[in-house]
Amino acid sequence: MSVLVYLENWDGKFKKLSYELVSYANGIAQQLNTSVVALSIGNVEGEELKKVSLYGASKIIAVNDPKFDQLVNQAYASVISQVAVNEQASVLVFAGNMTGKAVAPRVAVKLKAGMVTGAVALPQTTDPFVVKKKVYTGKAFASVLIKSSVKIITLAQNAYGLHEQPAEPVVEQFSPQLPEKDFATTVIETNMLTGKLLLTDAEIVVSGGRGMKGPEFWQPIEELAALLGGATACSRPVADEGWRPHHEHVGQTGKIIAPTVYFAFGISGAIQHLGGVSSSKIIVAVNKDKDAPIFEAANYGVVGDVATVLPALIKCLKDIKGQ
Amino acid sequence: MKILICLSNVPDTTTKIRLTPDAKGVDMSGVQWIINPWDELALSRAIDLKEKNPSIIEKISVMTVGGIAADPTIRKAFAMGADDGFRINAEPLDAYFVAAQLAEAIKSRPYDIILCGIESSDTNGCTVGAMLAEFLDVPSVSSVSFLDVEGGKVGIKREVDGGYQNVNTTLPFVAVVQKGIAIEPKIATMRGIMAARTKPLQVIEPAAIEPLTEVVNYELPQAKTACKMVDAANIEQLVDMLHNEARVI
Repeated sequence: MSVLVYLENWDGKFKKLSYELVSYANGIAQQLNTSVVALSIGNVEGEELKKVSLYGASKIIAVNDPKFDQLVNQAYASVISQVAVNEQASVLVFAGNMTGKAVAPRVAVKLKAGMVTGAVALPQTTDPFVVKKKVYTGKAFASVLIKSSVKIITLAQNAYGLHEQPAEPVVEQFSPQLPEKDFATTVIETNMLTGKLLLTDAEIVVSGGRGMKGPEFWQPIEELAALLGGATACSRPVADEGWRPHHEHVGQTGKIIAPTVYFAFGISGAIQHLGGVSSSKIIVAVNKDKDAPIFEAANYGVVGDVATVLPALIKCLKDIKGQ
Repeated sequence: MKILICLSNVPDTTTKIRLTPDAKGVDMSGVQWIINPWDELALSRAIDLKEKNPSIIEKISVMTVGGIAADPTIRKAFAMGADDGFRINAEPLDAYFVAAQLAEAIKSRPYDIILCGIESSDTNGCTVGAMLAEFLDVPSVSSVSFLDVEGGKVGIKREVDGGYQNVNTTLPFVAVVQKGIAIEPKIATMRGIMAARTKPLQVIEPAAIEPLTEVVNYELPQAKTACKMVDAANIEQLVDMLHNEARVI
């Protein structure tokens, strides 16, 4: 028996999310009195691979074949399922991000495994196996019983944190044999937004809503984000109006984020918006309407005009930093 | 080319969630039901594609798993422009169950492109589309934010961490779509609403499939502590609180 965790890489590197997943898998392994096997697909060097053993992975399986340089859902699902069978995995752990959403459900069907997505904590009990997750976009939690013998969990971002437990790593290479049909999807072109901190990776997010009055007033949002080392975001109307690109839209139908601090400037806080940001540790809201619902979700609030509060905030931070 | 959109019937996204007294369910009395927002955008895009490419797209169908209460949602899809619809007559027990039911129904009714919204706003599962593709043993492309069929060639754009990719795949396939596939849902016209009454809605009896999960109980989130208000003329105090009290900057 084992707990298998799938690890994605970004240009051959892991990131905080990867270590959080291994920590979480290790937490489950301790509950089940078993060990963690980490599976990496893609070109990751040995030293980078071994880093995950700091969080409890005692065995690391590496699939290092250029065929897997691009995400092909079918091929990835086949490899992960093969490894799960070989390692007699009873629980599989994935990230709750785009890759997890693309691949884990296919694995679930292959292994006839019940799935809980966006888990917010370790299983409450393992026999019966019950995991808590958010439903109704954060308006409620559901405790879900998984009845199948193999279970699949995707972890909500920043829900568990990092927990070190150094293990002696064993690295094994694996060369899967897959049918040609698994590679039916091919990537023609990739367009990356270079130099931008990913919204979902950012500890600090600075966001603007319709109260910003127009795209030409976005400079202070960018400036504050740069000053704090954060990422920029926006509300749905702003993305729909074309003031900002869609990948910046946070909210129920956009990105769901869980940063340490979320700044909302000129965002009224519709329930759909709050669904995307309610997992933020601290929410700071600035809005000219004292009755705006954003203040019910916020930890710190300022009733005022963003056009004056935002520059004042930037100036104050610059003074502190001595710029 | 035939397009199928899988619909989920969900409570209006502004619904205040109340639990049943035993907390084993959500109290659905008085709830307004809508087409799941992502499914509605998928349908809107499909209708646009058919209007622009009438010689390429011959039919748009919709399918849902649900009891008779889901019929108005299918009729709404008809009013928007779907041509016909199917309701698999079973309560949607879990994602595996729903995907398996859809797959069984689709096996005898082949489509070229199957669109699923990336998640449903009630269970937030993000799983049915990719599960369906696996049951059908066809490719799935996830996080799709653009789809085109110009000249009969399928163009797909998907979001990846920090960027976008144009991808190619073989038909049939499942596109799991997100925001961007369409900006606003299509509004039903009066003519569409009239036509919706007579469009064919077929009820399919479910296959024998067991769900793999079940909800044991629900709980509501704890109330947040009150927001600390800072005077707009005293931004230094806000910075001080964020730095020394919350310790987040």
